[in-house]
Amino acid sequence: MSVIYILLAISIVVAIVFFIAFIMAVKNGQYDDSYTPSVRMLFEDELVKTKSNKSILTKKE
Amino acid sequence: MNKQECFHCGLDASTSNIKLDDKSFCCTGCKTVYEIFSENDLTCYYDLQQAPGSTPKDIEGKYNFLENQKIVDQLLEFNNDNTQIVTLYIPHIHCSSCIWILENLNKLHQAVSASTVNFGKKTVRVTYNAELLNLKELVTLLSSIGYEPFISLDDYSVGKKQVNRSLIYKLGIAGFAFGNVMFLSFPEYFEVGEFWLEQFKPMFRWLMFAFSVPVVFYSAQDYFISAYKGLRSKLLNIDVPIALGIVVLFLRSTTEIILDTGSGFFDSLTGLVFFLLLGKFFQQKTYSFLSFERDYKSYFPIGITKINNDGSEESVQVYDIKKGDRLLIRNEELIPVDCILIKGQARIDYSFVTGESKTVSKQSGDKLFAGGKQLFGSIEVDVLKSVEQSYLTQLWSNDVFKKDKSLAFTNITNKISKNFTIAILFIALISTSFWLIYDASLALNVFTSVLIIACPCAIALAAPFTFGNILRILGKKKFYLKNANVIEQLAKINTLIFDKTGTITTNQETKINYEGLELTKDEESLLKSTLRGSNHPLSRTLYQILDEHDILTLDAYEEYLGKGIEASYKNENIKIGSAPFVGQTQETNTLNTSVYVSTNNTYKGKFTFYNAYRKGLALLFNKLKKDYDLVILSGDNEGEKENLTKLLPTKTKMLFNQKPDDKLEYIKFHQSEGAHVLMIGDGLNDAGALAQSDVGIAISENVNVFSPACDAILDASKFKELYNYIKLSKSAINVIKWSFALSFIYNIIGLYFAVTGQLTPVFAAILMPLSSISIVVFTTLITNLLGNKLD
Repeated sequence: MSVIYILLAISIVVAIVFFIAFIMAVKNGQYDDSYTPSVRMLFEDELVKTKSNKSILTKKE
Repeated sequence: MNKQECFHCGLDASTSNIKLDDKSFCCTGCKTVYEIFSENDLTCYYDLQQAPGSTPKDIEGKYNFLENQKIVDQLLEFNNDNTQIVTLYIPHIHCSSCIWILENLNKLHQAVSASTVNFGKKTVRVTYNAELLNLKELVTLLSSIGYEPFISLDDYSVGKKQVNRSLIYKLGIAGFAFGNVMFLSFPEYFEVGEFWLEQFKPMFRWLMFAFSVPVVFYSAQDYFISAYKGLRSKLLNIDVPIALGIVVLFLRSTTEIILDTGSGFFDSLTGLVFFLLLGKFFQQKTYSFLSFERDYKSYFPIGITKINNDGSEESVQVYDIKKGDRLLIRNEELIPVDCILIKGQARIDYSFVTGESKTVSKQSGDKLFAGGKQLFGSIEVDVLKSVEQSYLTQLWSNDVFKKDKSLAFTNITNKISKNFTIAILFIALISTSFWLIYDASLALNVFTSVLIIACPCAIALAAPFTFGNILRILGKKKFYLKNANVIEQLAKINTLIFDKTGTITTNQETKINYEGLELTKDEESLLKSTLRGSNHPLSRTLYQILDEHDILTLDAYEEYLGKGIEASYKNENIKIGSAPFVGQTQETNTLNTSVYVSTNNTYKGKFTFYNAYRKGLALLFNKLKKDYDLVILSGDNEGEKENLTKLLPTKTKMLFNQKPDDKLEYIKFHQSEGAHVLMIGDGLNDAGALAQSDVGIAISENVNVFSPACDAILDASKFKELYNYIKLSKSAINVIKWSFALSFIYNIIGLYFAVTGQLTPVFAAILMPLSSISIVVFTTLITNLLGNKLD
C-alpha cells in the first residue's frame, strides 16, 4: 500500500504543473484579450491563398 | 443596385466617377488605399468584410511632433538599438479585415517585424526598426491606409500602466486548492473504516492543510484587509463576519488535525473563498473599449508646433508651452491652451467642450479657448495661459475629481451585515454559555460551529451576482456602467438633471426653417449649386436638406472666410452667409444660428437652424415627472426656452447660461439639501457636474469616440429607454433583498445544527456550496427575466 505515496506525489506534481501553466498563461496576458485570437486563428488560410495566387501568376507569365 | 458604393469604404460613389479594376471609389483617397493593397497582394482585406475601409485623411504636418525625440521616447514601450515597440490606439478598428490588414503591416513595410491587434481595446502593438522607419513615418503609413492612430496627452505616460491580474491569480489558487482538498476529503466523507485508509489519514489531512495555507494567506487577504479597515473606522461591513468565519474555520481545522480529533473543515474553507472570489470576479464587468476615467488629457495633443522668434518652427511638448509663446495650429488640430488669434481665419469647433457641433468663426484679436478644434487652414496664436491654467482644464483642479465616489456610501450588503454580525455574535455567546453549563466539553465546539456556519457566504454572493448580471444586461442594451455601485446609486435617484445641447438635442439632425420671400425655381437651383461647392458645415447641412435640382456650372464662385459665399450664373448673382455680408442690417441679434440669402443684391430671407430634440424626449420626461424632479441646465442662451416649455412637463426647471462651475455648484447645493442627483451630459463642460452628481451619465452618439469622465455611458439611440433602465436598477435591489431572505433560511437551518452541537464537516461541506449555488441560480434567473422584460 505504500505505493500510495508515489501515486499521491505524482498526482500532486501533475496538478501543480497544470497550475503553474495557468499562472504563466495569465502572466503572459492570455486572458487580457479574449476576442482577437478567435479571429486571428482563421487568418492563416488567407495568407496562403494570396501567396499561392501570386506564384501561379508568375508561372503563367 | 442603382446606387454605387465605394469598394473601399462603402460610401456613395455614384457621382464621383472614379473607377479602377471595375470597382468604383468615392474619392481618390480610397482608390489610393486600394492601389497600395493590390500592389502588396493584400486585397484579401476586401474578401473578409465588405467595404471595411475608411477614407484616409490629409495629415500633412499633423504628426510633426513625432520628430521630437523626447516625445517619441515617452510613447515607446520598448526602445533598443533597432527594435522599437509602440502601442497605438486606432479608433477605426471595427472588423476582422482591420485585424488582418494591421497584422500584415510587415507586408507594407519591411521595417515592421510584428504587429498585434487587441480588438477589444482597439490598439495595435507594432514592433519595428527605427533606423529604417521612424515613428512619424509609421504613423503616416497607418494613416495612408485609413488607419489613423489617435495619440493624446494621455499616452504620454504609457508603458507605466500595470495590468492588475491579482484577482485571477487569487481565484486560480482558491479553485485549485478547493478541487484538491475536495478529493482528499472523499475518504472522510464516506467514513470508510478500512485499515489502510486509517493509516494514511494524517497524511491526507496535512496535505489538505498545506493546500489551505495559500488560500487563507493569499487568496483571502482582501477580506482581512477590508474587515480590518472596516473595524478601524467602526463599521461592521460584510467582510467582518467573512474574515471571522475564515479565521475560525482555519484555526479549528488546524487544531482538529493536530489533536487528531477530526478531519477539519478545509473543504468548506477553500470552497467558501473560491465562491466569494468567483462572485467578485463576476461583478467585475469591464468594457475594454470604454474608459470612464477620461479627462481633458485624453483629447489634448501631446505636441504642438511653436514658432520661434526667428520664424523657425519647432515641435514642443504641450506642458512646455509658456505664456507669450507663438503657436501654429494646423487644420484639424486641437487648441491646447487659451490664446489670442494673431494670424489667419479661425473656424473653431468647440464640440469637445460644449457638445455643440456648430462652428464659431473668429477674427484676429479674438480670444480662443483651449479645447476648440481648428477646422479651416492654419492659424497663428499667442499663448495667454499654460495648459493647466486654461479655462477648461482648470475645471479639473476642482476637488470633486479627487474624490472616489464609491467610498462615500455604504452599499446594501454592508447595511445588512451590521445587524447580521451583531445577531451572530449574540447567538454564539448565548449558545456557548448554555453549553458551558450543560456540557462544557462541547462549548468551544458549538462556539466555533456557529461562527463557521454563519459565515455569510450566500449573503455576500447575492449582490455581486445580481449586479454583475444587470451590468451585462444593460451593457447589451448599450448602457455601459462603470461598476456595480452605480446600480445601487441609480436606484436611489430622486432628481434628474439634463444638459441641453447634445444631450436632449441630437447632433445628427438639424431642423431648418426658412423665413422671408419665396425663392423662385431658378434661385433655388442656384442656391443649391452654390452650396455644393462649400465645405462649411452649415452649407453642408443646408445642401442636404434642399430639394434636388439640376446642378449648374457656376460662372463665378468665391468663398469669403468667416463671412459667406458669393456666386453667379448667367445674370443671376447670389450671396449666402452672415447678415452683414448679404446686406441685411436689421434685427440681426437673434439667438439662433441663421444663414442669410440675397440675390442680385436684394435680401431674400434667412434659414434658421434649430436643434432637433431626441426622439421620445417628451414621452420620457412625462414618464419621469411622476417620480423625479427634472431640471435642465444649459450652457447656452435662452433661444430655445419657449420651445422647451411647450415640449416638456410644466414642472421641469430650466436654467440657461450656466458655466461649467455653475453646474457643479448647482448640484452640490441640491445634494446638501438631500437630493440624489443623476446628471446626464455629454461635453467636457459637464465633466465637473458629472463628477459631483451621485450618478453621472455621459450620453454619446458613438460610444467609442468621446465621453468625459463619468459613472456610465449611454448610447444616444437608447436615450428614451432611460426610465426603464432606472426601473431595472430598482428591481435589482429588490432581487437582492429576496436573496437575503433566502440565505437567512439557510443560516437558520445551519444554526440549528451548530447550536445543538451536531455540525459535521460533511454537513458543512454540503450546506455551504448548496446555499451559495442556489443564491447564484436564483439571482441569475430573476435578473434575466427582468432583462427580457426590457425589450
